[in-house]
Amino acid sequence: MFAEDALDLGREQTPESNILAINFAGICLRNPTILASGFLGISMSLFKRLYKLGVGAIVSKSISCSPLEGYRNPTIVSLNGSSYLNAVGLSNPGADAFSDEIRENDNLPIIVSLVGSSEDEFPTLVKKFDTLNIIGYEINLSCPHVAKMGIEVGDDPELVYRIVKATRTHTAKPVFVKVGVGNTDVLSVASIAKDAGADGITAINTLRAMAIDIDTGIPILANKIGGLSGRSIKPLAIRCVYEITKKVGAPVIACGGIFDWEDAVEAMLAGASAVQLGSVLATGGLSSFYSICSGIEGYLKRKNAKNVTEIIGLAHRY
Amino acid sequence: MHTDINKLRIVKIEKIIEETSTVRTFAFRDIASSNAGPGQFLMVWIPQAEELPMSVMIWREKYYAAVTVRKKGYGSTSLYTKRMGESLGVRGPYGNSFVIPKNSRKVMLVGGGTGLVPLLRLAIHLNSIRINTTLIIGAKTHQEVFFEKLAALCLGDTTHQIVVTTEDGSYGIKGQSTDAMLNLISSERFDTVYTCGPEGMMKKVFDLALASKIPVQASLERHMKCGIGICASCCIGNKLVCKDGTVFDSENLSSLSEFGLEYRDKSGRKCKYF
Repeated sequence: MFAEDALDLGREQTPESNILAINFAGICLRNPTILASGFLGISMSLFKRLYKLGVGAIVSKSISCSPLEGYRNPTIVSLNGSSYLNAVGLSNPGADAFSDEIRENDNLPIIVSLVGSSEDEFPTLVKKFDTLNIIGYEINLSCPHVAKMGIEVGDDPELVYRIVKATRTHTAKPVFVKVGVGNTDVLSVASIAKDAGADGITAINTLRAMAIDIDTGIPILANKIGGLSGRSIKPLAIRCVYEITKKVGAPVIACGGIFDWEDAVEAMLAGASAVQLGSVLATGGLSSFYSICSGIEGYLKRKNAKNVTEIIGLAHRY
Repeated sequence: MHTDINKLRIVKIEKIIEETSTVRTFAFRDIASSNAGPGQFLMVWIPQAEELPMSVMIWREKYYAAVTVRKKGYGSTSLYTKRMGESLGVRGPYGNSFVIPKNSRKVMLVGGGTGLVPLLRLAIHLNSIRINTTLIIGAKTHQEVFFEKLAALCLGDTTHQIVVTTEDGSYGIKGQSTDAMLNLISSERFDTVYTCGPEGMMKKVFDLALASKIPVQASLERHMKCGIGICASCCIGNKLVCKDGTVFDSENLSSLSEFGLEYRDKSGRKCKYF
């Protein structure tokens, strides 16, 4: 059975120790584990459950101006137990319904992920959410499987600048930009985002990939091409985090293949201020946040660190 | 042998049964599916068309399972029109199962349409431990009644009764399954009521059972994409039908304010059932 069955029985699990508390890019979290965009991110009731189970912050599904149904199934393919291919197609309830969903939010650390095709959509989106209790935004410039959204935008340096700038000028809340590995160098996209006023970078999104069933010869995803996530992409994520923090100098949230506390520590040594979890939830369940926090805490104690901040970017010394 | 149930398995359709003019059952060999618990589901891939969550239907041969589909939308029709020898992909079985509490002596099953599928698998378990079972099958018309004989086979020589209701009175008792349920629970004592079918029916079953203080277990259905607890397409309240369900007990059902009233559409917006 799933690992979560042992832990996730409705009991409250709140790692509140100060050793994990972290403050960066204008956000202040009780611990550095964040729910990655695209996973579970549409329901306020689920957000409350995740917070009880120890999550440090929650990134919503990417929200567009109008609702999107996404692609027909199959939208997800399990590859080897720890890597996944998905082409969900940015399905989301749209800005109006989602702002209603989180309107009553009081103290949950919610980051709203925004997606759109042109720079005029982002101020519209920000207006829907800016008066709500949210801690910031993450602009999705890297979804690899939807035309005119995501990575097609992220590959266009001028459009990246205009979108980040347009968002920046309409909010005082922290703005993160989620980058991927597309045709344009990830470092230059991160750098442009920073110049346009982004407070931090989330690296990385899924990578364009596909899977074909050899029995029938048919591509499995309805969209044929999707995004690869999970353990397979971790080394690439670590490299991007390392280079962005070293060369661009922006705070980075690591995303991609973080499955256990060792992965989280590695990402932080590479320079990440926090880590996002996604694919691991399929096998580790909702208690993954708690177990990874416990593991990081144990590591910090063994290394005589007083706060998790002390290990950020330590690998840059070598 | 350990199977990664998340990995797509290609199966061949070996038998097709016409249940009604709009419902068909497709049988295939797949050991993991044949061992599914009552209430568990498969994600069934119809190549080049859809992937659907389907409750795992029983099949008489060892190592075999089946799915029963009513043609309705694009996805269900693409499965319904599959022919013998054609391939489907399956992953799973996923989700939890109906539970038979210790000391159960007499139970009631209330099902409608393809909602009977998990109840038949449950009936086999109930028969194997000799629990007195009342099954109520609800349908709109006589033509829409199916699985009645199969249910009798599943329950074998264990003490049981099968009650069929049709809304137009063309077969069995005239009325809804919940009318028959109300009659029975007012004169007999049942330890648990198990239900699967249209959500409006399950809500009525839940309300009636609650009023008579009978514990309920209901197998719910929602839009599904991943089936493995990461996308939340199937969320109801703070629960995921794919992983926390599909079966919810009375305590959970009471806490789910959306039960019987609302579901989320493909975009994730809340919609009303009625």
